[in-house]
Amino acid sequence: MSADVVVVPTGTANAASVAAAFRRLEAEPKPAKNPDEVRDADYLVLPGVGAFGAAMGHIDRHGLRETLTDRIKEGRPTLAICLGMQLLGEKSDESPGVSGLGVVPEGVTRLPRDLTVPQLGWNLVAPGPLSRFVKPGWAYFANSYKLASVPDGWIGTQTEYGGDFVSAIERGDVLACQFHPELSGEWGADLLGRWLNGTGGRS
Amino acid sequence: MAAPRLIPCLDVRDGRVVKGVRFQDLRDAGDPVTQASMYQDQGADEIVILDVSATPEGRGNAVETTSSVRQVLSIPLTVGGGVRSVEDAFALLEAGADKVAVNTAAVQRPELIDELATRFGSQCTVLAVDAAARWSNRWEVVVNGGRTRTGRDVKRWIRFAAARGAGEILLTSWDRDGTRSGYDLDLIEAVTAAVGIPVIASGGADNAGHLEEALSSGATAVLIASILHDGVTTVGSLKKELIANGAEVRP
Repeated sequence: MSADVVVVPTGTANAASVAAAFRRLEAEPKPAKNPDEVRDADYLVLPGVGAFGAAMGHIDRHGLRETLTDRIKEGRPTLAICLGMQLLGEKSDESPGVSGLGVVPEGVTRLPRDLTVPQLGWNLVAPGPLSRFVKPGWAYFANSYKLASVPDGWIGTQTEYGGDFVSAIERGDVLACQFHPELSGEWGADLLGRWLNGTGGRS
Repeated sequence: MAAPRLIPCLDVRDGRVVKGVRFQDLRDAGDPVTQASMYQDQGADEIVILDVSATPEGRGNAVETTSSVRQVLSIPLTVGGGVRSVEDAFALLEAGADKVAVNTAAVQRPELIDELATRFGSQCTVLAVDAAARWSNRWEVVVNGGRTRTGRDVKRWIRFAAARGAGEILLTSWDRDGTRSGYDLDLIEAVTAAVGIPVIASGGADNAGHLEEALSSGATAVLIASILHDGVTTVGSLKKELIANGAEVRP
């Protein structure tokens, strides 16, 4: 299989790890050069490391807000990672006043103050009975913020860090993970493989 | 809760893994890609690569090493050594590092921490600190492989760096590094009480008991080098022992 995986440049790091993970699955990841490529991609990855405000600024400067929103609303194959998942929300405590994509009617809140933050490390992911892509297992997290709750119409997974938080959501061929599948060893590689093979591709 | 992490550390000089005692007497310990891949297979939770090349030409290999290791590595990779600017960090991140560690350059110019945290986020910004015991429950920051004293108090420096945006501390006891005599637990306790960000304990591991001590003292991760490179044990054996003793590590 040689799928075209287009990666949205959000002006932040982790693109190399994402690209390497897909190459190990024999896909051909490439950075999006314009909004058309984001719209037309068979598979789209919205990675993200860094701050909510900076990433949304980057998305707006490149005119990607509507393209991304439409694609996710239509349930076309899109993978949002870490901050990428948070960008689906309406707003974030991290960057007050900045509007997220708002495809899920949720805010993004900080992990509890009394914990070690950022959460850096491996934690258990517990999918619900309807989860299509995510299976139970250990995933690698690097986050200080999280989606407040599972939005209506989405299937969520839970992870415990000073109380349960939403570690992934999926709907149609859209998968958004608070963890980093590209850094989650074989479990993560299997998840990426299920998303690549189990989604509609050129839908 | 997130599981405590076991992190093999590869000191790399001119593209080869080396290991010494107290940063001295470096000897060859293998190829970084082979080593990183082996430790990943053993169950390592992360890999740290510290470039200890003495020359700029040697350090130039760090980007290449990072890129080669990334191709085989599906777990997080932190790279440090000789990072002096946002550009240096960016080159390593582009090559496939997930986090970048700064040490000497941050001591000389603390704004570097702010710059990295602003540009790449705190979760990308690791502050490596080499701590030398000075007097009762006091440690001094040393740089240049322990050769240079800075006069800075370790706890104050780390608090200051966390406030500037460092997202994780790689805390090496200069006194214990490579000695296999156990981590400096007083140091770990003092630092983890002072900041709320993750602390990786480094320097002195010989056995699973030492790892447990460091984790009980507040570290969220432990760095391991000598005992792995010397073939004394494996990440898998250490984890098995930790699990048998009731620790919740990733199997």
